[in-house]
Amino acid sequence: MSERTIIPFGPQHPVLPEPIHLDLVVEDEKVVEAIPSIGFIHRGLERLVEKKDYVDYVYVAERICGICSFIHGLTYCMAIEELMKVQVPDRAQYLRIIWSELSRIHSHLLWLGLTADSFGFESMFMQSWRLREYILDIIEETTGGRVIFGSAKIGGVRRDITPAKMDEIMKKLDAYRKDVSQLCEQFMKDQTVKHRMRGIGMLSKEDAITTGAVGPMLRGSGIAQDIRMTGYCGYDKIGFTPIIETAGDCYARCMVRVREMDASFGMIRQCVNQMTDGPIEVKVTGNPTGEFFMRSEQPRGEAIYYAKANGTKFLSRLRVRTPTFANIPPLLTTLAGCQLADVPVIVLTIDPCISCAER
Amino acid sequence: MSFMGFSKVVLKNLATGPVTEQYPFVPKVYPDGARGSVNIEIDKCIFCAICQRKCPTAAIVVSKEPKSWEIDRLRCISCNYCVEVCPKKCLTLDTKYAACSTERTKEKFDGPAAAPKAVPSA
Amino acid sequence: MTQTQTIIDIQPGELLGKVSEMKAASQRLSQICCSKLPDHLEVCYSFDKDYVFTTYRLSMPDNALPVPSISKIYGNSFHYENEIHDLYGIIVEGISIDFKGNFYRTALKTPFNCAPEAEVKA
Repeated sequence: MSERTIIPFGPQHPVLPEPIHLDLVVEDEKVVEAIPSIGFIHRGLERLVEKKDYVDYVYVAERICGICSFIHGLTYCMAIEELMKVQVPDRAQYLRIIWSELSRIHSHLLWLGLTADSFGFESMFMQSWRLREYILDIIEETTGGRVIFGSAKIGGVRRDITPAKMDEIMKKLDAYRKDVSQLCEQFMKDQTVKHRMRGIGMLSKEDAITTGAVGPMLRGSGIAQDIRMTGYCGYDKIGFTPIIETAGDCYARCMVRVREMDASFGMIRQCVNQMTDGPIEVKVTGNPTGEFFMRSEQPRGEAIYYAKANGTKFLSRLRVRTPTFANIPPLLTTLAGCQLADVPVIVLTIDPCISCAER
Repeated sequence: MSFMGFSKVVLKNLATGPVTEQYPFVPKVYPDGARGSVNIEIDKCIFCAICQRKCPTAAIVVSKEPKSWEIDRLRCISCNYCVEVCPKKCLTLDTKYAACSTERTKEKFDGPAAAPKAVPSA
Repeated sequence: MTQTQTIIDIQPGELLGKVSEMKAASQRLSQICCSKLPDHLEVCYSFDKDYVFTTYRLSMPDNALPVPSISKIYGNSFHYENEIHDLYGIIVEGISIDFKGNFYRTALKTPFNCAPEAEVKA
């Protein structure tokens, strides 16, 4: 009869980008169950709507998370635009898609580096973050900030990209696309990587649905669910199919993210080809009323913004449901029955962004 | 059976030099559109305080009497809102970041001293 | 492009029945959220299938009334229900994994539904 011990994982751990606490109940080297505890980075941002009016809140919404910051700001703006029945001009929609996909590429490169670091492959960490720096440089040239873009606004976008700049960026992005795909191919073919990630953290198709997984967690188990299929913000104009893998283990989720990066490069090229000249914003006056659930696809999965307004300049309620929060039950399911040394790899495979999960 | 595939990348890195910019030996070049810090041309300012009302973090304090314009550098998020709404276009967003500081000091720009009122001759 | 969604108001007694119908129709539980309005609390249960979004809304005069847990039907609802208990003080009866207030670590208990004086003291 083996003894059970409880090993605390986090809130400070070298592989975690943000603090989360897991109590691992361990029998010898096998994890029997995991008990989560969150709240280390809770800032109460949902209550700030009482103090900041709906126009100023874009700045707060962007700062909910550093990695997926643009898409947070964008989803907030889209929720308010639906409440006020504002139609954003086409050029602004294409620009928003370009910045969203750049955001997705840099987030996945960040995640790739952290995952490689979690099983000791530090060189890969350095290489993928080096490529990420090139993407951040492009973002800085177009929006002014590397991490917090500051370019989403209710009614459109705040900055435009000139055609000359766009050509320059596309040449660079074509070169980066080749670099990224070469690096990822090296990573995925490596025998050590396959040994550490194949067959680890299995999540079957039925479990993925019953535990409520979202994003690459869900798509790695064979279910084609991607909120970009609903066609918000002009995604219906550029044509898009969800990327799925059927194996349901850590390797499959890594493969989903690698292929999504390549698809994002293709989507940016499509936007640039289809973009037309025109205004980049629409003037918005008055106050919002009503309520709306806005859903969008962040790099980590489905994010839901519920905005409820009552005709004053302060919203009465804003609820942010981020993908990492929805991925906590699948995390606990995949952790049950794994070896202790695989815990960091599995925790990173949900792409934890705890500052999003706790706001 | 591929476990030396990464050696190609490693050898290429050994051949080329470090990728990081050797700051501070090499000066940092900021791209044109970078959002750094807010600067004011105090001679053009009319002290209308629209920038103070629009600032989302309340970093700007404008005083009409005596004329001064103050900014808390640590509160400013370089969002460019004040630059966009200024009616006299005296605010600009510089590409360089504000200097680091160890305490929360505010930078104050004083307006022109008030001209003495003309005394009506009897 | 507007996404298809509907919000339906229901009574607390109908909750388990409607949720079981959703489960039988293989709908996915998307989120559970609580809103504090000036005179009452609302709890929204959102479901999604094939990108069609449906929400059931419960209105309660205050948080003293217990709400039945849906974790027996949808196993992945336990962390949402623990969150609304920890932040708003809503009593949810029968959660499959009940953290009894220890899921969310905050300095103040039920921070989203407490008296303003308590906030200033904390």
